[in-house]
Amino acid sequence: MATAVITSLDTKSRAASHGMSDIRIRNLFIIPTILFLIVFNIFPLIYSLGYSFTDFRASSNAPANFVGLQNYRELLNDTFIWSNFAITAKYVIVSVTGQVIVGFGTAMLLNRDIPFKGLLTTLLLLPMMLSMAVVGLFWKLLYDPSFGIINHALGFGRFEWLSNPDMALYAVAITDIWMWSPFVMLLSLAGLSAVPKHLYEAAAIDRAGPFYTFFRITLPLVAPILMIAIIFRTMEAFKTFDLAYILTSQPTTEVISIRLYKMAFQEWQTGRSCALAYIVLIMVLAITNIYVKYLNKVKER
Amino acid sequence: MRKTMTGLLAGIGLMWACGTSAQAQELTIFWAEWDPANYLQELVNEYEKETGVKVTVETTPWADFQTKAFTEFNAKGSAYDMVVGDSQWIGAASEAGHYVDLTDFFNKHKLNEVMAPATVKYYAEYPSNSKKYWSIPAEGDAVGWSYRKDWFEDPKEMEAFKAKYGYDLAPPKDWKQLRDIAEFFHRPDEKRYGIAIYTDNSYDGLVMGVENAIFSFGGELGDYATYKVDGIINSEKNVKALELYRELYGFTPPGWAKSFFVENNQAITENLAAMSMNYFAFFPALVNEASNPNAKVTGFFANPAGPDGHQYAALGGQGISIVSYSENKEEAMKFLEWFVKDETQKRWAELGGYTASAKVLESPEFQNATPYNKAFYETMFKVKDFWATPEYAELLIQMNQRIYPFVTAGQGTAKEALDSLAADWKATFDKYGRNK
Repeated sequence: MATAVITSLDTKSRAASHGMSDIRIRNLFIIPTILFLIVFNIFPLIYSLGYSFTDFRASSNAPANFVGLQNYRELLNDTFIWSNFAITAKYVIVSVTGQVIVGFGTAMLLNRDIPFKGLLTTLLLLPMMLSMAVVGLFWKLLYDPSFGIINHALGFGRFEWLSNPDMALYAVAITDIWMWSPFVMLLSLAGLSAVPKHLYEAAAIDRAGPFYTFFRITLPLVAPILMIAIIFRTMEAFKTFDLAYILTSQPTTEVISIRLYKMAFQEWQTGRSCALAYIVLIMVLAITNIYVKYLNKVKER
Repeated sequence: MRKTMTGLLAGIGLMWACGTSAQAQELTIFWAEWDPANYLQELVNEYEKETGVKVTVETTPWADFQTKAFTEFNAKGSAYDMVVGDSQWIGAASEAGHYVDLTDFFNKHKLNEVMAPATVKYYAEYPSNSKKYWSIPAEGDAVGWSYRKDWFEDPKEMEAFKAKYGYDLAPPKDWKQLRDIAEFFHRPDEKRYGIAIYTDNSYDGLVMGVENAIFSFGGELGDYATYKVDGIINSEKNVKALELYRELYGFTPPGWAKSFFVENNQAITENLAAMSMNYFAFFPALVNEASNPNAKVTGFFANPAGPDGHQYAALGGQGISIVSYSENKEEAMKFLEWFVKDETQKRWAELGGYTASAKVLESPEFQNATPYNKAFYETMFKVKDFWATPEYAELLIQMNQRIYPFVTAGQGTAKEALDSLAADWKATFDKYGRNK
């Protein structure tokens, strides 16, 4: 129906009766938007694809030479790049799993009659409303081995969270979990409130235990919306830059976005970094595709 | 109507002409955000008084400096007329045509003789020994050390130190003594630590710290003329130097794996460490009682010698260059004429800037002006720098990637780290066809 409205350009439509024809709306709003998207999204995308096949360096005045697939070949044979991908994968797994467990767990707790539920939910949403830079600096202080409150609270003495190469990635993931679990919680709450009450009543009549009720009723019905949260968070975690960059700059926390940034804007290997950006893009698309297929299967059940 | 249009066009033309003329009376210098930039602004205010030309020193945080400067260069932007660029940039900026060739200016003013030799070699000349110059040495700088005189001069500490190490506790003469003193004062139970060194691996912090050790141990990063690195960067001397740097890391305060100039000054101001490595440019804050409660008991020394008596330090500081895309190149050149004058260089030093003028540096007036100027003077005649080739950023990142895990986490050995680095650098030079 919406398509029909847009394409028919009916001059007698409701908009037309308010003094603005569909053609005018198209000319005023839709065409500029499409042009804006083409200029700022599509054009750079195609332009950078072209650069990915060249040896172009933005810092030099030398022209770009076509090198074919050389950039892609070198990147895929670069052990540092693969280690950056491995770090990213580890980060995504730890971070997204943590967010799902904490977020869904919190939603389960909130999905019952408790006092000040609305206020509590709003307060729990605060972390994800803060800017990444603020969160990064804030947690850097919390993790400080000398005066950070985390070590003090946990009785860890002078444990080094961010300086320890084995711990730093987990420290970044913990911060990300703190920040984005509320997002999973919010979506989970929406899913939980949509589960029909009569199913729980029927389960109670059948004397089903809480374990059975959770795995046979709650989880299957919330799964589709939970999958959407996982897709969003996986994509975001895959692209993580700010938190890891602000909190610590360990080689063990050099996720692929940081490597890409360094390659593009510190080393000025423009062509090569464009190729890396495309490799990352293809990977994100592939992972998202797998998730979407799984989501469709979950919906079909 | 015709008259109106003509009048309007004439007005616009006049405005445009006046605008161009007004523009020529203004110059913008781009630099990083730190105290010397403030001193430079004070200096150029005096230029405005003399000539009527307004000069603005525009700054950005160090972390963005390189990216912001090169983004503007790459866009051939005219936002900056001059830039006080890092010494490593000179190859990338000159080969790409971002800097104006200042060779004639350099020769005309005999700056080879006027400025300290090391500053000419590293801030101005590219390629090495080519006699082509792209910058005027502006802010001389190098890495030196501050220490807690009150800790060092405490009779009990002196007695205990002598009993343990067999020699008097005093500012270290070599890196072995530096290590002993760091170990002696390292007392985590008392929240006192031995030493503060550079460990930040995001730009050149850690690399410069390690360079201090490498150069003093008689090592080099490579042959800057032939680009040969194998056997040089991974030499026995360099391995020993890196091992000692790793050992020193063990005497730093907790969480010291991401520390650079800010933290290293804090190590002194917050009673954390007995000795602290830092650029001389940050020492004014340490003699200022407002920023350092320990100002009266803070002493300074030059980078100590290595086991064979070599004494060098890593070069900091920057030269000032004219940006090729500036619309005020002529005016900028006039400013440089003023900047290199003896009296300007003297005034620059008085304001707190580190002049590279040999005459000013050698004067007793300069050397006695602060507690660290003498150490600075001594250091500026024995400094060495990192690669200045256009691909320096790749080399820097590779060095960080290889040595950081060893220094801060003890992963692998110094030999393995430097062997891998030699392979990385060779591959990089091969890629850019620099190996001869």
